[in-house]
Amino acid sequence: MSTYKLTHLKELESESIFIMREVAAQFEKPALLFSGGKDSIVMAYLAYKAFYPAAIPFPFVHIDTGHNFEETITYRDQLVKLLGAQLIIGSVEDSIAEGKAVEEKGFSASRNKLQTVTLLDTLDIHKFDAALGGARRDEEKARAKERFFSHRDEFGQWDPKNQRPELWNIFNGKKQVGEHFRVFPISNWTEMDVWQYILQENIPLPSLYYTHKREVFEREGIIYAALPEMPRRESEKIELKNVRCRTIGDITCTGLTLSSANSLEDIIGEIASSRITERGGRSDDKRSEAAMEDRKKAGYF
Amino acid sequence: MKDTTGYLDMELLRFSTAGSVDDGKSTLIGRLLYDSKSIFEDQLQAVKDASKRLGGGEEVNLALLTDGLRAEREQGITIDVAYRYFATPKRKFIIADTPGHIEYTRNMVTGASTADVAIILIDARNGIIEQSKRHSYIASLLQIPNVVVAINKMDLVDFSEDVFNKIKAEYEEIAKVLKLKNVIFIPISARDGDNVVDASNKTPWYNGETLLHLLETLPVRKDETKLPARFPVQYVIRPHSDDFHDYRAYAGRISGGRFKVGDKVTILPSKTESIITAIDEGTKSLEVAFAPQSVSIRLADNVDISRGDIIVNESEQKPTVSANISLLVCWLNHRPLNEGGKYIIRHATEETRAIIKDVHFKVNINTLENILDDKTVKMNDIAHISIKTLKPLKYDSYSENRITGSLVIIDENTFETVGAGMIVHNLEDETFTI
Repeated sequence: MSTYKLTHLKELESESIFIMREVAAQFEKPALLFSGGKDSIVMAYLAYKAFYPAAIPFPFVHIDTGHNFEETITYRDQLVKLLGAQLIIGSVEDSIAEGKAVEEKGFSASRNKLQTVTLLDTLDIHKFDAALGGARRDEEKARAKERFFSHRDEFGQWDPKNQRPELWNIFNGKKQVGEHFRVFPISNWTEMDVWQYILQENIPLPSLYYTHKREVFEREGIIYAALPEMPRRESEKIELKNVRCRTIGDITCTGLTLSSANSLEDIIGEIASSRITERGGRSDDKRSEAAMEDRKKAGYF
Repeated sequence: MKDTTGYLDMELLRFSTAGSVDDGKSTLIGRLLYDSKSIFEDQLQAVKDASKRLGGGEEVNLALLTDGLRAEREQGITIDVAYRYFATPKRKFIIADTPGHIEYTRNMVTGASTADVAIILIDARNGIIEQSKRHSYIASLLQIPNVVVAINKMDLVDFSEDVFNKIKAEYEEIAKVLKLKNVIFIPISARDGDNVVDASNKTPWYNGETLLHLLETLPVRKDETKLPARFPVQYVIRPHSDDFHDYRAYAGRISGGRFKVGDKVTILPSKTESIITAIDEGTKSLEVAFAPQSVSIRLADNVDISRGDIIVNESEQKPTVSANISLLVCWLNHRPLNEGGKYIIRHATEETRAIIKDVHFKVNINTLENILDDKTVKMNDIAHISIKTLKPLKYDSYSENRITGSLVIIDENTFETVGAGMIVHNLEDETFTI
């Protein structure tokens, strides 16, 4: 006889699916923000499970900086086909061309911040009233205080001091015209939970997450891919190394990890013994102590 | 697989901590995170840098790990609930870390609403203070199944057994009044780690467990799978595809008990009856499902069911169906409760409107006395009220079921969540204290 106990992964999955279904029930036009990273891949599979055998009742939205690893785009297109989802792309390059966003200059230039403009624009054009994101509370301290249903004013901004209390499993998605919500179904997952779930569910991942030989260079202790999208100083030498991504963002802000992990079991072992957070390799968070809080207030993911 | 099997089988335990800067709460959390290797070097470095910059010198201020917002770090206070995560080889833990000051009662209530365990920290030098009583009251009000009283800073009272026993005896009186269920006392020093992860050799008179071991072994939930079965319908799944032409399932999260294929069920409020023909979880079909699983249920008959309805087992105790509801409310908003005013109510998956009929009394959560002469329910107040809803609700009392016994009150104009309600059948009979 079974003991009616859920494992932590089953309980987290159940919570996330509950939240996805709440979004489908409470909002008129939700969308799922898909970056091609492991968290949004898990989100895509959870959405598939939540509504199976019906189609996922919201499109995937990819905010494309134009600085993506090729593998991310290939994977994205395959996954969308596999899950029968609809894909909408918001292009940062278009925002720049239209003069809505201004490209940063210099060696540390990144389009990461510019994504906010394109994101808010895309939500606005399609009149999306809820955007599902794969952010987790363990990622960063400003995120530790964010709600599952996170209210945004008509400028798309987050007011951390005026968040709606969230009790039990009751989620309040009521809003005024022009406002929207960001919803984070995997808030309670840790990096380890995500990897364990990928292993348990046997979810295929982009090859970037596994070890591969790549031309890289080092800047301020972080290893970056030596690709044309990433401007390099003369002093920054290219070397060939065995690396993998621990998180995948845009090329200009994704730090690589020296690694020989070529299976999920290897990756889990590596994370279990790691003493650096996954965002430790994200240069976008290193700009200041409250970098994430400031970007979130402005409407970032 | 490489030593990951154990990890995949772990259970999840949610606990809350409440306290202020002085009682060592942040140090305790920092200790649990640090000793379980959940703090990474780059986080620690960032905290060290911030400690220096904020004038703390070389001493690392672990509170900075949990105080996530700029305003909190600048003011040195915790304002909002922060969720922290750590895991041991046995369990995964979610900490709802809440501020302890009376101004933040609403945040403590929020953090406590999902907790299986409340940790109440008491400074051994000061004994039980007003704040300890307040935290205990909230643990009682929110019906947290286990309370761990961590008597901290034992190093500053020479690890005295007498001090520990005196506080314990005094607290047991409070626990009796508050009808707290499973109360466990541990003498600790969060700063030095005594009895936190490892047993201390300075408390030979203490034969109990260390805090971490206790957290690893306490029962995860108040046996919610043994409650009468409850399934609030969240969403209807109809694929309209050739492969699943006649497929129709009711999606939701089981909020009590268990359901199995072949069960006779009643759908409320219509009282329609049917039989479960299938329980689906993603792409798999199950024979049995239990709380808190998210599943979808298929029925033998083509009945009219929509979001807000509740499916229950025909042979078990049914929820109450009524529009007149008595509840204890914690007010969450700076605009006071408007007696006679109309609000939106969300209960399980149902949404309706309600009028506040009566405010019976407020509770002074420091003295645990009822206030009868002042009925203005302001932010952070706890009160006993009656409401009348437009559609009848299908509910249990909060002491029977935390999900079907709770509701939130939403302002009709601002749409803010302004009240948290715990439904009571008969206040005298309930396990509540007032």
